[in-house]
Amino acid sequence: MDAPLPDDDALTLEGRAADRTGRVLLIACGALAREILDLRDANGWDHLDLVCLPAILHNTPESIPDAVEAAVERHRDRYDSLHVVYADCGTGGRLAARCAALGVEMVAGPHCYSFFEGNAAFAARDEMTAFYLTDFLARQFDAFVWRPLGLDRHPELREAYFGHYETLVYLAQTDDPDLTETARACADRLGLAFERRFTGYGDLAPTLARWAANQ
Amino acid sequence: MSDAEDDLILAELSDEELVPQMHDDLYDGLKEEIEEGVNLLLERGWQPYDILTEALVAGMTVVGRDFRDGILFVPEVLLAANAMKAGMAILKPLLAETGAPTVGRMVIGTVKGDIHDIGKNLVSMMMEGAGFEVIDIGINNPVEKYLEALETEKPDILGMSALLTTTMPYMKTVIDTMVQQGIRDDYIVLVGGAPLNEEFGQAIGADAYCRDAAVAVETAKTMMSRKHNSLVAG
Repeated sequence: MDAPLPDDDALTLEGRAADRTGRVLLIACGALAREILDLRDANGWDHLDLVCLPAILHNTPESIPDAVEAAVERHRDRYDSLHVVYADCGTGGRLAARCAALGVEMVAGPHCYSFFEGNAAFAARDEMTAFYLTDFLARQFDAFVWRPLGLDRHPELREAYFGHYETLVYLAQTDDPDLTETARACADRLGLAFERRFTGYGDLAPTLARWAANQ
Repeated sequence: MSDAEDDLILAELSDEELVPQMHDDLYDGLKEEIEEGVNLLLERGWQPYDILTEALVAGMTVVGRDFRDGILFVPEVLLAANAMKAGMAILKPLLAETGAPTVGRMVIGTVKGDIHDIGKNLVSMMMEGAGFEVIDIGINNPVEKYLEALETEKPDILGMSALLTTTMPYMKTVIDTMVQQGIRDDYIVLVGGAPLNEEFGQAIGADAYCRDAAVAVETAKTMMSRKHNSLVAG
């Protein structure tokens, strides 16, 4: 029996423990837990297990490679294969180098914004002045953006952070009118124009399908 | 804040008390207090350069150290920087008038495709505080813009910044173009930005990777003095 999905706050700060049931382990960012479990359940990939690192590592990418390595070493003996559900995520190639050294594959692309939209399509847009949110980040905007940037205490800093941005692009994984309104409110708070772009799960789906098939 | 701190009147402090108080005010990002402190020291006959180094740069150095050690975070550093900037705005015209020493010239800019400038702005400010003349060419700079600035400004140092994994490789484009044009060795090239590291700096042919503004200043000073020594020896 799988453990229930932790709430967003728990995924942000603690992540998710593995169920210790499948033969293939996905080591993922907590911000992707819901989407990965949805794909797993929809496709009957019962042999996939999932452990999530705290999503808030997103804000300190330099700590991601060590956290991923620790998870790989902790779980390696129990599973036939392991895969890392992170893209580069601001590590400047360091996560790719670490995964290569550990002999595990990771998701292609610079970050989840890109692979949710599809890496090729995202790169082709070449959007320099867009600030992105996903479903998870729209729900956790205060924990990931507003409070860490000190905007709750010093709203006057907004211009320093976002003065060169023009649009908040909400990359929607699901059709959720309430969440769209939440994302729109985030754009208002940052003083940015708003655009919603439905992506579904993008490149994440075929990547997981390949890993599920190859095991 | 306590009542005692609320009631603190800067004008009543001696110089020996005012300067450390300005360090505290800078640490707390109190822009108006810094402006008041700078004006008070000027009224008391302090040289602008001494105010800059002893009251502002020394205070900001503490901020930088505590940021590096994880005691302060980006919002606090930005507030401190805004306060220092306000103090420097008063001093800058006076520094020019009094002929304060210039350590060297630097052109700095964020690379093409990247609009992030918080780190770059901090480096610019700290370099100015350390006596460098800084020409900031802003964000989203193609190689042509860098080359144009090198040609017209004739700096000692080129600084490049990037925040994104996708834009940091553009630094190599700029350096490779400088090599092709035979001008690479005419400049000290410093690079910085969150996703960069030492190895990346070496791999693209920069002279140094600077992990924060304080390191950028120290590296620039060291390299300028090395350049000066080699010119003297040569």
